[in-house]
Parts: sequence; C-alpha cells; structure tokens
Amino acid sequence: MKGRVLIVDDDTALAEMLGIVLRNEGYEPTVVIRGDEVLPVFREFKPDLVLLDLMLPGKDGIDVCKEIRAESGVPIVMLTAKSDTVDIVVGLESGADDYVVKPFKPKELVARVRARLRRTDDPKPEMLAVGDLAIDVAGHSVKRDGTAIPLTPLEFDLLACLARRPWQVFTREELLEKVWGYRHAADTRLVNVHVQRLRSKVELDPERPEVVVTVRGVGYKAGPA
Amino acid sequence: MTHGVAQASRAGDLRRRAVGLLTGAGERLLRAWRRIVAAWQRSIQLRVVTATLALSVVVVSLLGMTLLRQVTDGLLSQQRDTALAETTAGIRIAQNQLDAADEAGSTASNLLTRQIVRDLTFRGGAEGNANRPAVLLFRDNTPTYSRDVEPSSVPQQLRDATLDKNSVFWTYTLITYDSEQEPERAAEPGLAAGGQIRTPTGEQYGLYYLFPLTEQEQTLDLVRTALATAGLVLVLLLGAIAGLVTRQVVTPVRLAAQIAERFSAGRLSERMVVKNHDDIGRLAISFNQMAGNLQRQIGQLEELSRVQQQFVSDVSHELRTPLTTVRMAADVLHESREGFDDPVVRRSAELLQAQLDRFESLLADLLEISRFDAGAAVLNAEPVDVRDIVHAVTEAAAPLAASRGTDVSIEMPSTPCVAEVDARRIERVLRNLVVNAIEHGEGRGVQVRVAADDDAVAMAVRDHGVGLKPGESSLVFHRFWRADPARARSTGGTGLGLAIALEDARLHGGWLQAWGEPGGGSLFRLTLPRSDSGDLRASPISLIPDDATGSGLDSVGGPYRRTGPVPAEPTEAGRRA
Repeated sequence: MKGRVLIVDDDTALAEMLGIVLRNEGYEPTVVIRGDEVLPVFREFKPDLVLLDLMLPGKDGIDVCKEIRAESGVPIVMLTAKSDTVDIVVGLESGADDYVVKPFKPKELVARVRARLRRTDDPKPEMLAVGDLAIDVAGHSVKRDGTAIPLTPLEFDLLACLARRPWQVFTREELLEKVWGYRHAADTRLVNVHVQRLRSKVELDPERPEVVVTVRGVGYKAGPA
Repeated sequence: MTHGVAQASRAGDLRRRAVGLLTGAGERLLRAWRRIVAAWQRSIQLRVVTATLALSVVVVSLLGMTLLRQVTDGLLSQQRDTALAETTAGIRIAQNQLDAADEAGSTASNLLTRQIVRDLTFRGGAEGNANRPAVLLFRDNTPTYSRDVEPSSVPQQLRDATLDKNSVFWTYTLITYDSEQEPERAAEPGLAAGGQIRTPTGEQYGLYYLFPLTEQEQTLDLVRTALATAGLVLVLLLGAIAGLVTRQVVTPVRLAAQIAERFSAGRLSERMVVKNHDDIGRLAISFNQMAGNLQRQIGQLEELSRVQQQFVSDVSHELRTPLTTVRMAADVLHESREGFDDPVVRRSAELLQAQLDRFESLLADLLEISRFDAGAAVLNAEPVDVRDIVHAVTEAAAPLAASRGTDVSIEMPSTPCVAEVDARRIERVLRNLVVNAIEHGEGRGVQVRVAADDDAVAMAVRDHGVGLKPGESSLVFHRFWRADPARARSTGGTGLGLAIALEDARLHGGWLQAWGEPGGGSLFRLTLPRSDSGDLRASPISLIPDDATGSGLDSVGGPYRRTGPVPAEPTEAGRRA
C-alpha cells in the first residue's frame, strides 16, 4: 500500500473513476461527496493526501481546504475545471499544494499524487541552516532558537531545496521541477503563492524576508542576498 | 591666435544668440497667432461678438454720415439763403451807386469802388463781428476788398460762372486771410456768393461776398463729436449685448457639450438638467432620451456578454467533469487493451482513446473561441524574447517533424527580439503555424524566420507543400475551413486553430497573414508590435517569400490587419535584404 488518498468530489462517477485509477496504482482511496462530511472522514481515515474538488455541495472546497490545513499539513491537490480564473490562486492561498485541471489524463493525476507522496521515501539524515533557522531534514523539523516552526511537507521541501544550495538562485521553473516534480514548464503561480506562505511562517518580518530572498528577474534563494 | 579664435567664437556665439532670439520671437508670434486662431475656431461667442462689432461699426458709421449730412445741409441752407439775400441786396446797392456815378458823368474811380466796398462791408455788421462778410469788388481783374481777406479766396470758377450773367451764383470756398493783416487767423471755410454789375457805360464789375462759416463749422464739429461718441458707445454696447445674448445661448450649449463629453467617456448616468421648454430644453430632453437609450442598450449588451461568459464557464465546468471520467475510463481500457482477446474490442479502445483526445482539444478550442467572442479574453503581456518561444515550439514539434521526415530550420537574429506579448498565446499561435506547416509541407523543409525592427517583431513560417489557391489565404482563417473537403483528414486538427491564432494576434494588436501559391507552398506571418500600445505600420519580414513564382501575388492576406493604415506591401521596400 503506497498511501491513503481521500477523494472529495461531488460527481460520483468521477469520484469512483478516480478511486479505480488510484487503486490500480496501489493507493488506498476513500470517497466523500459532500463538503460538510469531509472533516469527520478526514479525522477518521487519516489520509496521506487529499484530492479536493472546489465546487462542492454542503461546504465550499476553499473552506474545506482551510479547515484541513488548520489541523494538518497533509498534501492537498485541487481538482479544478477552471483553468484561467482566480480560483486557482484562491485555492493555493487557502492551503492547496498543487492542482490539476479537468479534463486531466490519469497519468497526469497519478504523477501529481506520486510527486506529493514521494517525500515519504526514506530520507538521509541531514542538517541544514538558513539564517537563524535549523533544519533537520530527516526529522522534518524546522527550529528557530529551539522553537519548532510547523511547516507543511511541501513548504518544508521548498525550504530544504533552497537551503541545500544557499549559493544558488533558483528560477521558478527549477523549483517547480525540484519541489513539485513538474517535468516541463507549469504554472509559476504555484511557486509565488507557496513562497508567500512559507515566508509568513519562517520570516520574522515577511515584508522584509531574510530566509527566502527574491532575486529580481531570476527567482529565489536562501539566506541573505 | 587664441585671442582671435576667442573673438571669432564670441561672434559666432552672438550670432547664434541673435538667431535664437529672432526665431524665439517668431515662434512666440506664431504661437500667439495659433492661440488666436484656436480661440476663434473654438468659441462661438468670440465669433458672434466680433461679427456684431464689425457690422454695427458699418451700420453706425453709415447712419452717422447720413445724420451729419442732413445737419450740415440744414445749417448751411439757412446760411446760404441769408447770404444770397445779402448778396442780391448788395448788388442792387452797388448797381445803384455805380449808376448814379455814371449819370453824374464821372467814371467810376477807385475811390468810388472803395466807398462801395466799405459801405457794403458796414452793412454786413459791426466790425469785430466774426460773421461779418468780406466784400470784394472786381473791376476787370483788379479787386477792391475788405482789407483782411485774400482776393484769391473767391474761386476763379465762381468768377467765370458769373461772367456775362445777371443772376447771383454761390459756392463753398476756403477763406484765406491776409497774412500781414491777420497773422493769427487761419484759413476757414466759407461761402462765396456774387454776381455781375453792369454800368450803362458798359463797364463790368463783379461783386463777391465771402461769408465765413466758422459758427456753422463749430456747430458741425460739436455734432460730429457727439455723433462719433454716441456711435462708439453704441457699437460697444451692441458688442456687449451680443456677448451677453450669445453667452445666454452658449453657456447651456457648453454645459451640454461637457455632459456629452463625460457621457462619451463612459459615465453613462450623466444627464442634462431640463430647466424650461425652450430650444435648449428640447435639446436637453432629447439628449437625455438618447443617453437613456444608449445606457439601456449598453447595459443589455454588457448583460448579454456577462451571461455568455457565465454560460461558457458553466458549460466548461459541466462538460469537463464527465469528460474527465470518460477520459480516465478510456485510459484504463486503453492501458489494459493487451489483455482483451477480441481484436475488435482492442481496436475500439484505441479509437476511443484517440477520438477522446480530439474531442478534448475541440472542446478546449471551442471554449477558447467563445471566450474571444464574449470579449472575455485577457492579454497577459510581459516582455518576452520571442526567440525563446520559437525554440520551445520547434523543440516541441520535433517529434512530429521527425515522424513526417520534415526538416525544420530556424533563421533568427543573434540579438534578443523582445516584445511585450502574452507568451502563452504566442506560443499557441506559433505551435499552430509550425504544426500546420509540417503537416501540409509534404515532407519538404519548413523554415521558421524571426526578425525585428524598432516597432515590431515578426515570425514567419514557410512550407513548400501544396500551397494555397488564390483567395484561400483569407479563407484559411475561417472557422472549420478545410482546404479540400474531399481530402482525408489525416491530422487531428480541430479546424479552429488558425481562427484562434488570428484572434490571439488581434488581441496583441498584431497581424496574422497568409500567403500561398498553388504548388509553391505557403507562408504564414505573425507580426506583433513591440510594445503593448504600439501601432503596426510595416512588418520586418516580407509576406511574399523570395522564391515565390508570382502566381499567388493576388492572395496577400489583406483583410487580416486589425487597424491602422495598410502598410506599403508588397513592395521591394518591404522586403528585408
């Protein structure tokens, strides 16, 4: 069993189909079709990943996303039918890690799921430092002066990726490849939104970041400019 | 040496400054003149006031002149009557005296003539009376006269006229005074009257009176000044009245213009105030009606567009969810097709998969087109080096090119060709053009060219396939148009690709044009302004390739320019060396 996936989609046919595809890939899926039923199932099922449709009866997908994020850092992948609206940014800002646009190919979805669960592979013990932050890669913890800062796995991956090579400026495309696992160019808004989220947690003053620094016209790097 | 140079340079400096001053003054004059012309063209009020002033000056001066003439005539005719009576009486007296002298046997002496003149002069009034006429008695051409006037004040014409006649003649003249006797007195206008006196002995005398018209002149001066003052005041008052009256008309018109300007600037709720039911009121009422109609219509159109967008968005969502399910199901079937024993089922799974791809891209294209139609397409322009896009597109098309055995070559400048474009849209346009070229190029090479000038960047894709028949270069952009309906659809195009590409080009304010000739292949050229707000005039790449045979010249895609003047193409100047 590769992992448990909670599928939240009001379209029962699609939810069932998603279940079939994921089960074929060796995951253990569970389906919820109403927004207001997500949280109880989530607490009981303890999924490793959530596939979340944004248009849900009972409760809006955005709200569901925020609620899950409030109590867990579990990876959330949005399913969206709107490719060019603000919905994607709103979804990402409310805590989603990634998104796929309907209609997607099964392989595409599986690749997204796999990329988000990849990090569970046995990591090597590794200690990193950025500014006054201490990063324990194996222990998945970030501490400032001994105080742990809770990060979602994706945010942790992003920070670790930057911290491993503090001398290098990463372009958004490179980060998409290294952190999100995209082979070719994808939506760079993913990077922008998540850098903002990461900063809001690790920076002392998110307006004047010192841990994740923007290099204008290029991308981001760890530590002071 | 240096001194001389310094002087020369100073002189040059002075000259420059002088020229500068002159041109400066000229420019100032020119600017002032332009301001006046602009004010003239802009302001009805100015024009009306000027016209009123000009016309009233003409009318008032005509009126004043007529008045002045009548007053003059009145004044002078009275004086003339008096003068003629006086003259007639004077002639009679003189005649009597001369006759008496004649009867006495003595010929008229100088003494007598002097006596007569003195008597007549005294008859005219006391000495010192300014109106006292001067009397002149001519014997032959020798005058006897009151001392102070010049005899030349009696015009020769008058003397000629009275010659050999018995009646009294008169004329106006200028009385000049003897400069020795009356050095202070200037010449003044006067009336000269006179007639002939004939003595029984046959001697001829001419008796002339010079009546000064000083008093009348003074009165006339007064009248003239009064008239001029009144006329000036009248003209100014008329101008002021015209100004006030036009102001009454122009002010509401200006207000109306202001409101109309605001309305046309997009503030659709602007309305004019209706104060009363005069002409301006009617204008206001009909303007408000028009504005109301426009606002309603625009509102309806906006609503329609909003509904359309909402519909597109809903269709998109409603179609995509089941399509995703179908897609995944088909994929599962396709993945496990090796396990099917029945080849029919296996083939069906393959067909299902392939046609789903087509269905999907068709749906995507339809949604894109309806987004354009609804005006919902938004340009996310940022500075992009279009060479990067070309590289990305040709790389992505490499597998297709390889499968067709087509060689895709790129010719581009080594310097960046940066333009403010929406990279996603331009990549889509180029991908479309390149894929089309490969698919219709029949295995012969495809050339992609990039060029840039100050205002525009252009990308051209050339193939050497069947080409386009005359007239087809505009048809290719029509939705669902196929070059040859009978020809097998070997490729999975939706038939919307070029229509979308055209819309994308338009959204950038750019051109997408096609050229082609039968058997000579075709060329598609995308020209984009370098900056978002730029306007295209010419393309850095000629639409007609150098190897064209000329049979397709008439098929230059003219109608696909968005706006602006038609560039001077096809010409040699338009071609790049």
